[in-house]
Amino acid sequence: MKTFQYTIQDKVGIHARPAGLLAKLAKGFAGTKITITKGEKSVEVTKLMMLMGLGVKCGDTVTFTAEGPDEDAAAEAVMKFMSENL
Amino acid sequence: MKKFCGKGVYGAIAIGRVSVFSRQGTNITQQKAEDPEQELKRLAAAKALASAQLAEIYEKACSEVGEENAQIFEIHMMMLEDEDHSERIETLIRTEQATAEYAVLTAGNEFSEMFASMDDDYMQARAADVKDISNRLISCLTGSSETGDAGSDMHILCADDLAPSETVSLDKSLVVAFVTAFGSSNSHTAILARNMDIPAVIGAGEEFLSAVKDGDMLIVDGHTGDLILDPDTETEQFYRARQEEDYCRAKSLSELKGRPNITKDGREIRIYANIGGPDGVDAALENDAGGIGLFRSEFLYLERSDCPTEEQQFDAYKDVLTRMEGRQVIIRTLDIGADKQIDYFGLKHEDNPALGLRAVRLSLTRPELFRTQLRALYRASVYGQLGIMFPMITSVSEVEKCLAACEEVKRELSAEGIAYSDSVEIGIMVETPAAAVISDLLAQIVDFFSIGTNDLTQYTLACDRQDPALEAFADPHHEAVLRLIELTAKNAHAHDTWVGICGELAADTSLTQTFLRMGIDELSVSAPFILPLREAVRSSTAY
Repeated sequence: MKTFQYTIQDKVGIHARPAGLLAKLAKGFAGTKITITKGEKSVEVTKLMMLMGLGVKCGDTVTFTAEGPDEDAAAEAVMKFMSENL
Repeated sequence: MKKFCGKGVYGAIAIGRVSVFSRQGTNITQQKAEDPEQELKRLAAAKALASAQLAEIYEKACSEVGEENAQIFEIHMMMLEDEDHSERIETLIRTEQATAEYAVLTAGNEFSEMFASMDDDYMQARAADVKDISNRLISCLTGSSETGDAGSDMHILCADDLAPSETVSLDKSLVVAFVTAFGSSNSHTAILARNMDIPAVIGAGEEFLSAVKDGDMLIVDGHTGDLILDPDTETEQFYRARQEEDYCRAKSLSELKGRPNITKDGREIRIYANIGGPDGVDAALENDAGGIGLFRSEFLYLERSDCPTEEQQFDAYKDVLTRMEGRQVIIRTLDIGADKQIDYFGLKHEDNPALGLRAVRLSLTRPELFRTQLRALYRASVYGQLGIMFPMITSVSEVEKCLAACEEVKRELSAEGIAYSDSVEIGIMVETPAAAVISDLLAQIVDFFSIGTNDLTQYTLACDRQDPALEAFADPHHEAVLRLIELTAKNAHAHDTWVGICGELAADTSLTQTFLRMGIDELSVSAPFILPLREAVRSSTAY
């Protein structure tokens, strides 16, 4: 299992478009479960509406975990996406 | 072939297929479905159709408004595929024997409530996206999926009447004409049609609405109000020729682009455009507007579950000011109430909303709301030539309170080190008889007047502008209205205040000569009227 933390820099937080792109990215790693945790709530990144429903705002620190056969590559791709977009 | 007649509110001819606007969700009831498997199959087919429609709209939007603005449809496609949302719909069908329509409606309501209850303006606004998807799915499940996809082709929209919030959410790029069974020529649909430069016929009657169905061939003549359902070949050819004539006229008008608005005897006036939001700027520029004479900021507040934030407003104002490249942009502060209602304001019911807590009265009773808007306006002021205008003014003290609020916002911004322009002009709408009568006093404390003839007519003649039965009495050419306009212009000029007209009357070319002689400095009209008005000015004399 790979885990890393990220603090959101984007002023609108995880809004619709990046959430959509992130969900799409996560779906590319079939068989690997990628979750995002904010406070006590965790959701799978592939679930767009739940991901948006998490309400991640600018300045929030979230934890990502990737678990499965592609966990290394998945965690790296998510980290890259976050730093480039959020 | 069958003929109907309504009132044409914008002159042009459209020939096309009908799409009947129905308020989805209102007639869906919780009835048990016979066969859940059958419902799931219908759902899958509807999803495929909805997805194809969205893909097509996305493509179209990309080429029309750019990829940035089209992205919302891509998000809609992804939301449509969302696992939790899909699972919830399927569960409702399987375990509660819901019909596909009811399951989509219920799941959509649950998810949109989740967004609506979040403590974040941006996410709250996503509730509308979820509802949008549910509505699309439901319309794919019901009528329109059988008669082809009227929802994704160019069509003539027929409805009983349309509320402002409904027109905001319409995919306007697909509508070639509006026909409503009810409504008056001052209704929002009529104004929208003028802004969009497409024909509209209103008051076509209930009989018309019950005769048309999705996919019917219809001719709409916005000049005469004639509606021809299922025309024969000869009739269609006649109207196609008329359409061609209109086209030639438009071409000769476009030759006026770049020419000054100057009378034969040398008086030049300004012709500006009325817009409802940033998406009106293109049409304004396309028609060679000298500026924006009326930006109805209330449209930023519609179709949401909460007020737009300072940041969201700032972005919209900045966008308009930037794209107008130094031309004047007059933004009217929130004018809510009367015919435009917003649920989240929680306003109590009024028996007579036109005489109620609306426009500047609302701004003055909710200082926070007002302050947010003024902050956004002043912050945006550095991007162009801004004018701020207050609606529904009736007294000097109201204006003084507005000016004090502006000063306070400027002090705040200075203290925070945020820049704003020193050359913002402040003006008021003259749309109550009270304001016209005391225009000598008001002219001393503002930079400009803009006469709102729709409300001025309504209040002067005591005629509800929403009521079609009163149309015969609500004569905007009434001597009383014209005298108030003349008085306002005279008082304005005595105090170095400029005066414009931004109501529908500004576009009435039978009055252009009269207005020029009164000394009106500016006329602000819907974009398609700019060039016809320029033509009228150029053939008038002012003295």
